[in-house]
Amino acid sequence: MWLSLVAVTLVSWRFGRGFLIHDRREAGIAILVIAFIKIRYVILDFMEIRRAPLPMRIGAEIWVVAVCTAIVLLYTA
Amino acid sequence: MILTKERQASRRIRHLPGEPGIWVMICGDMMMFSIMFIVFLFYRRDDLELFQSSQSHLNQSFGLINTFFMLTSSWCVAMAVEAARARRIKSTVVLFRLGFACGLGFAIIKIAEYAQEISAGIVINTNDFYMYYYVFTGIHFLHVLIGMGVLAFMAQYATKGDFAPIKIGHFESGASFWHLVDLLWIALFALLYLLK
Repeated sequence: MWLSLVAVTLVSWRFGRGFLIHDRREAGIAILVIAFIKIRYVILDFMEIRRAPLPMRIGAEIWVVAVCTAIVLLYTA
Repeated sequence: MILTKERQASRRIRHLPGEPGIWVMICGDMMMFSIMFIVFLFYRRDDLELFQSSQSHLNQSFGLINTFFMLTSSWCVAMAVEAARARRIKSTVVLFRLGFACGLGFAIIKIAEYAQEISAGIVINTNDFYMYYYVFTGIHFLHVLIGMGVLAFMAQYATKGDFAPIKIGHFESGASFWHLVDLLWIALFALLYLLK
């Protein structure tokens, strides 16, 4: 889990530097989505929400998707 | 790790780690930061060039190192809670201390980074981007300092042994707060440092 988070951080950082994705906006979107994937895993596995009561789990997943969407929309608008 | 009957059973029951109070605090904090992120991106659109050029002065390496410190400390803290559940006192203490050490590493880098910026004449009212930068990372830094206090306390608390369920609950609460600190940094790193 930690290894994946670290690996994905490095990929994200490289995207910011122009690796693979050449369009700034696309890189930005990738960076944001990766950040929220990381956040989702911190919430589900480190904070253990995966095993929390269902309302909490559902609320957390909705928050991740909602805020990620809002942020990506604002970034690309 | 030996899967005792106790642990097997607990895997099937849905359980929120720590006390409900800490979750109220965590959710509130996350809401506050979510609004801050949205506000930042909203105003960024009005002054894209300023934001982009200001961002280029940020020390990306420091940001990256700090991200590793945060992720590693979170992992240590999660492992500490696992160790506590398995009643491994020494491991619990060591892991909370390692988590604290990573937090300290983050703090040192952050201070070095602020020092570097301030000596280059970049301060909180230099421009809008830096206002957001200092305010967001400053509030986050306060969380880090509080979290470090919590982790140090958890390590001390663990040395006393006797891991009753209520004590494990306390470890979980402290750990959850620290994961919040990690989570917030992941978002800040992406928004302030990486996004162009």
